[in-house]
This record gives sequence, structure tokens and C-alpha cells, in this order.
Amino acid sequence: MKCDFCDQKATVFLTQLIEGQMKKVCLCESCAKTKGVTDPTGFSLADMLLSGMPTSALVANAPFVPTRSGGGKKCPNCGFSVDDLNRVRRFGCSECFQAFRPEVELILRGMHQGVTHVGKVPPGFEEIHARDEKLEELRQQLEDAIVQENYEQAASLRDQIRQLELPLPTTTLP
Amino acid sequence: MMRFSTLIKHPADWMIGGEVDNAVVLTSRIRLARNVRLLPFPGWATAEQRRMAMQEIFPVIQELRPMKDAFAQPLSGLTSVQKQVLVERHLISREHAARTEGSAAVIERRQSLSIMVNEEDHLRMQSIRPGLNLRVAYDALNELDNEIQSSLTFAYDRKLGYLTTCPTNLGTGLRASAMLHLPGLVLSDKIGQVLNAIGRMGLAVRGLYGEGTESLGNLYQISNQSTLGESETQIIERLERVIAQVAQHETNARLKMLEDDRLTLHDKIGRSYGILQHAWLIDSKEALNHLSLIRLGANMGFFPLEIARLCDNLLMEIQPAHLQLHSGRKLSPEQRDESRGQIIRSHLQNVHTPAMVFSQTKSPPLSDQPLDLDL
Ligand SMILES: [Zn+2]
Ligand SMILES: [Zn+2]
Repeated sequence: MKCDFCDQKATVFLTQLIEGQMKKVCLCESCAKTKGVTDPTGFSLADMLLSGMPTSALVANAPFVPTRSGGGKKCPNCGFSVDDLNRVRRFGCSECFQAFRPEVELILRGMHQGVTHVGKVPPGFEEIHARDEKLEELRQQLEDAIVQENYEQAASLRDQIRQLELPLPTTTLP
Repeated sequence: MMRFSTLIKHPADWMIGGEVDNAVVLTSRIRLARNVRLLPFPGWATAEQRRMAMQEIFPVIQELRPMKDAFAQPLSGLTSVQKQVLVERHLISREHAARTEGSAAVIERRQSLSIMVNEEDHLRMQSIRPGLNLRVAYDALNELDNEIQSSLTFAYDRKLGYLTTCPTNLGTGLRASAMLHLPGLVLSDKIGQVLNAIGRMGLAVRGLYGEGTESLGNLYQISNQSTLGESETQIIERLERVIAQVAQHETNARLKMLEDDRLTLHDKIGRSYGILQHAWLIDSKEALNHLSLIRLGANMGFFPLEIARLCDNLLMEIQPAHLQLHSGRKLSPEQRDESRGQIIRSHLQNVHTPAMVFSQTKSPPLSDQPLDLDL
């Protein structure tokens, strides 16, 4: 039997069960060593090697080396391209998920139990989110008030917006 | 700051079990993946950007209450053997050990909490507990997570949850797993059925296999696959339920062997004892398989119970990097086999020959229970 990563004879076999299917990974001595399979309790390795991917995806799941020359749509924050995303199935930064919404939906199809997060919400996130929605609403009202030349109401809205716009802890770009 | 030698001198709390029942479930592990908003993920960041991310994250971690007197070290400050030892102890991942530029590890004194900075994600946080204790492990990590979030803004999306480099971790970023010792199910040829049943439930079972369904040392890891669409509590409760059932099947299989085939069991344990007490050259695979039977024996009364703890400790100590750290030099595979044999012999020299053990209950209703895990 041949190694899944190169052409040498496989001597190490790693098996994983996914959805009742037994998926086997075969490695040669040297690939096993570089991937750490010779570690007798190599569970951390199994994590890395398999990380929930079917065997066919394993080779694609090799270390993530983006090219920086990828074409197509790019993330405005980090410059990661949609071509790189389709190739390595990894993301470049938090804003990539906005930039590549349709692609994200495709990737997630069938991957997890669901497609919407129902777990932990970061402490304070709901407050920040509620504030952002409120701000959006006030800005809309302000625009309307100006169009309708209702300056008294516009001034009051502007004050409310200023109140809400007090700085929140955010991370700055390098 | 704690030195590497101090960290490693003692086995981790979770390795030796303490008062916790770890006869079948050795350890429970929780891992959370987190990233800082707007900063490029480690795999896409330039070396300079990774260093800057580290400058932002590393001080925050060191200030965490449980990490006050922790081992905190940029990976560039560790030798390859030291990094390998941390991998063998499951404190950092192999992938992390391969990184240097702008990566760091912070490991709590008792080794039950550890954080990798700039692994595949900006933060990979881990909590380990002995026995089946996923909830406890999660609660400890969740507290740490909250504490970090008062200083760093994590990448989070209302619909997708915590945002991660790899889409397989999106949502909770949670990987819960347990390591199980299943010699009873392996010896009674029931392991295949059980593993299949677990797999059908969308959970992953992993082991390092020689051939067929047998794993080295009869050790298996069960973990969740899905991180999105289920809450942390749902993930953990489902996994704990399945693991508890597997553990029950293992216990039943052990008792049934004792009832039906006491001599074969005694023979296997006795042979493993003989080999380990007298082997001068022994590779990992052989050592693990025999230690597995000694461990089984200790948990069934063939040896004093503390021998099971000894086996758990040896599981770590006989790994390649541990052997090299121990001897203070690089060892060839043959030298490692020699050193491994020597360490095992010295630990087992005062262990008495296996006692005779009989089934204690006359006829428990254990015979051929269905192996379906019903949930
Ligand atoms: Zn190979
Ligand atoms: Zn991006």
C-alpha cells in the first residue's frame, strides 16, 4: 500500500470514523515522522492531520501556504483573495467572512450540525450590537429630518447620536 | 517566570488522576479557538504582523489570574526537544511546535490550562481534567475566555459565531474530547461495533492503529466534529452521554472476560508483566501494548491500583522526546529502545506478580448486551 502523501510504501495506518464511515490514512515512515505519527500517543497529531476532514481533503489540508498572488475578489481588510480561499479553505482575517459571504455559505453546506451560531455570545456583545442598531436607526431619522427641513428634531437627533457614539474598546490595525 | 525544568519535573495533575476514577476515561480535554478582530490570522499574516499580534496578545495572557506564575515562553526560546516534550504532554500541538516566528506557549503550573499564541488561530486555549469531566474543564476555560475578552476584542459574527482560520471550527470554536482506554472491548472483539455506533452519531473516534481496528495501547479519542449550530452545553452533554455509555460497555466487557475467560485474561496480563520486567530493547508500540494490559490488570485487581497511575506516567515518560530529555542527549532509535526498556524495568521491578482474580458477582446479567448506544 502506498503513502497518501508521497509514493513510498506505507507502514503507518491511521484510522478515523466519520459519520459511521471508517477513513484510513496511510503514511510512509518519513511522512509519518514529519507529520508526527510516530508519536505513540499522537492524538494531537491526529487532530492536526484529520481535523474533521474526509481523507480526500487531507492533502489539500496540508500546511496553509497562501500565495499572495491569488486573483479574484479580495478582502478589503487583509487582502486575502477568493482564489486563495477556494484553494486552501482557510480565511485571512475576521473581515473575510463579510467579504466572501456567498463562498462561506457554500463551504459550510453540510459541514456542521447547523449554519447559525447558537452558542456563547461574547460578554458585552449584545450591548454593542444593540447600540449599533440604535445608531443606525437614529442616523436614518436624522437624514429624514434634514430632508424635511425639521432642524429642531435634527439637532436633538444629533445629540442623541453623539451620546451613543462614545468610544468602545476596539482593536486597532497594525 | 517558571523554568522549563520546573514545569516538566512533575507529571500534570490530569496525568496522575488523583482521586478521580480514570479506569476507562483517562482525560477530558476542551479546546477553544479564538482570534483577535481585524488582525490577519497567523497563517496569512506576515512575520512582522505575527510579531505585532503576539505583542498585543502575550501580555494579556500573562496577566490572567491562573497564569500569574505560569510557564510563558516564545517558542523561539525553546529547543526542539523541549518543544517535542510539550507536544508529547499534549500541552502544545505538533503544528504549533513547528512554528517559531511570533509564536508562544503559556502553560499553567499544574498543566491543566494552556494557551498557544499564533497557532493556526491567534489563540488556542486548552483545559484538561482527569476522568470524564468535560463540563468542569469547559467551565475553567470559559472563565479564562471571559477574562481575556475584557482586554481583547475577539473576531465574532452574530450568525457565524467565533471566527476561525479553518471553517471546521466556526461557531463555538470548541473541540471537546476524551481519551479512553478500551482493552476490554478490543480483546472481546466488540470495539468495531462500538466505534461504528459512535461514528454514526457524527462524533469522531481516533486512534493510532497498527492494523484493523486495533489501536496502539488500546487508547482512543472521541471528540465532536461539529462546532456550528449547537451550543457549548449541547456539544458537551451529548459527548459526555456517549462517552459514559462507551465506558459502561468497556466495564461490562472487562467483567464478562473475567467471568467467561479468566485464564486467558490472566495469561495475557501475566505475559505482558513478564515481558516488561525483562525487556532490554523495546519499541513504543510493544511497550504501549503491554502497558495497556498492566493498566487493565491494575484496574481489575491483578495489581495494586497505584500501578495504573504508574502506567499513565510511563505512557508519557517512554515517548521519544521525554527519553531524550531524561538522558540529556540525542538518542538513536536503538538507544531509545534501550532507554525505554531500562525505565520500564526500573519502575516495575518491585511490582509483584499478578494476583489471582475471580469474578466477584456469581452471575451478573451482563451476557451479550446489545451494543447499540441509544440516545
Ligand atoms: Zn510518504
Ligand atoms: Zn480578510
